[in-house]
Amino acid sequence: MTPDDLRPHVCREARIERAFRAATFSSALLVLILLAGVVATLIIGAWPALKTFGAGFVLREKWNPVTEVFGGLGPLYGTVVTSLIALLFAVPVSFGIAVFLTEVCPRWLRGPIATAIELLASIPSIVYGIWGLFVLAPILQRDVQPWLIDHWGALPGIGRWFQGPPYGIGLLTAGLVLAIMILPFISSVMREVFRMAPVSLKEAAYGIGATRWNVVWHVVVPWSRAGLVGGIMLGLGRALGETMAVTFVIGNAHRISASLLAPATTISSVIANEFSEAVGELYVSSLFYLGLLLFMLTFAVIAGARLLLRMSSGAGRGA
Amino acid sequence: MMQSGTAEEERRAAAPAPRLKARVEALSFFYGDFQALKNLNIEVRERHVTALIGPSGCGKSTFLRCFNRMHDLTAGTRYEGCIRLYPEDINLVAHDVDPIEVRMRIGMVFQKPNPFPKSIFENVAYGLRLRGVRSRVKLDEAVERALRGAALWDEVKDRLSHSGLSLSGGQQQRLCIARALATNPEILLFDEPTSALDPIATARIEELIAVLREQVTVVIVTHNMQQAARVSDFTAFMYLGELVEVGETSRIFTNPGKKATEDYITGRYG
Repeated sequence: MTPDDLRPHVCREARIERAFRAATFSSALLVLILLAGVVATLIIGAWPALKTFGAGFVLREKWNPVTEVFGGLGPLYGTVVTSLIALLFAVPVSFGIAVFLTEVCPRWLRGPIATAIELLASIPSIVYGIWGLFVLAPILQRDVQPWLIDHWGALPGIGRWFQGPPYGIGLLTAGLVLAIMILPFISSVMREVFRMAPVSLKEAAYGIGATRWNVVWHVVVPWSRAGLVGGIMLGLGRALGETMAVTFVIGNAHRISASLLAPATTISSVIANEFSEAVGELYVSSLFYLGLLLFMLTFAVIAGARLLLRMSSGAGRGA
Repeated sequence: MMQSGTAEEERRAAAPAPRLKARVEALSFFYGDFQALKNLNIEVRERHVTALIGPSGCGKSTFLRCFNRMHDLTAGTRYEGCIRLYPEDINLVAHDVDPIEVRMRIGMVFQKPNPFPKSIFENVAYGLRLRGVRSRVKLDEAVERALRGAALWDEVKDRLSHSGLSLSGGQQQRLCIARALATNPEILLFDEPTSALDPIATARIEELIAVLREQVTVVIVTHNMQQAARVSDFTAFMYLGELVEVGETSRIFTNPGKKATEDYITGRYG
């Protein structure tokens, strides 16, 4: 073929190439547009409340639809505390699951356990809510919370977290339900990153007399530090935004109590509960304001995770 | 090479017979149903170098990894027979012998240099820390001794806090040797230690092995016959999971007793 014969073909290919580029670019652009749209809608929706309450909204506990005075501190507090309780329980258990499955578990048991954990993730959150309200809450109310109140309630400092009547529902219950819900996500990310730890380094440690625990703690964990943080943050992100299950068991009270046994509320529960009955511009826009806060909180968590990942991957791996 | 071989033989004839460090008796090894090693018998002499040679897939690395029970980390593996470690006469592959204890006494250097992503000092000190050594003075002393033993001290003494990964490939491998030496192993296993190194780094490791045999029993797997001839006192030729022939290195390479050995060392296959 001469160059002249080739030219039409090359031109055609170049056109396809341009169209291909434009198509992929517009797909990627769509995400940015959607994101910008969501942010803009939240801000526009929240505008009346932003104008009326300003930044003070974040620090006000009062939530009174009758006098139209709204503050987001209660839901914000409930969101953060339930998520932290969830992490407190879910992270150690997920770590245990991931270590067991990658380093200890006999092969025949690995499949069943891994499947069971994935099934946990497939349970709809409303089912977790029903279970939390009708099964977990009564157990906590009857057996666990009285014990906590009797034994830990009198402790100096942390005692105030375990005082008051055993309602069954409240921050602790919501945190526990959330812990179960985020456990599969954290443990599966941890498992993936543990599996990536290089065999040569593990063999180096085993070869010099390390136990499995030594290898996990000295080789696997330092190596996968970045992924561990990522997995925990993924779980945190889910816990912050979870709505249905939490709404069932949190108690939906706008006040902040020192006790973890007391009813409270979270941002997403407030929005879900009150949107249908919100009358008045300020009420609706206060709910939008809460939504904006939740968005910023989740965004901050993910940005923080990214930052941590970059820092630890730079320092941790060396090569 | 030949001349030094005969001089070596004379020296050896005058010296008392080397003591037995380990004796492999009827050792077989299985991955599930597959028998990878078939009824191996060999003696390992104290403070001498024993080389395992043979074509790829003949089981030489598998055999080496029996000495420190590395196969225990893989599910579905099974040992039969004995590797007796002297002077106590314990069977290294017995069920009731803890693999951790075995690996505490028998060190290993791997095919690819695998230093930890830690400082040079911490790499060498790791084995000692595992054994509960906390004293800074003892650690300092042992790290220096091990790095000198691995002929690396002069190159790294001013940057012990630098990452082990900042070293060149050959230095990394010597760091791994230092890491293994720090805990005073009774046997040091080398699994093709120079296969990832350039010729100069290889030569340094070989010189090092020649020095090391003054203080430690060495078993080395190599796919490089010249290397086996250069560094070892005894050579075992393996083929298809069996030990074909074992003997003094000088004899194996000059006067092999079996046809298969001769074919292999003359390069007819492998």
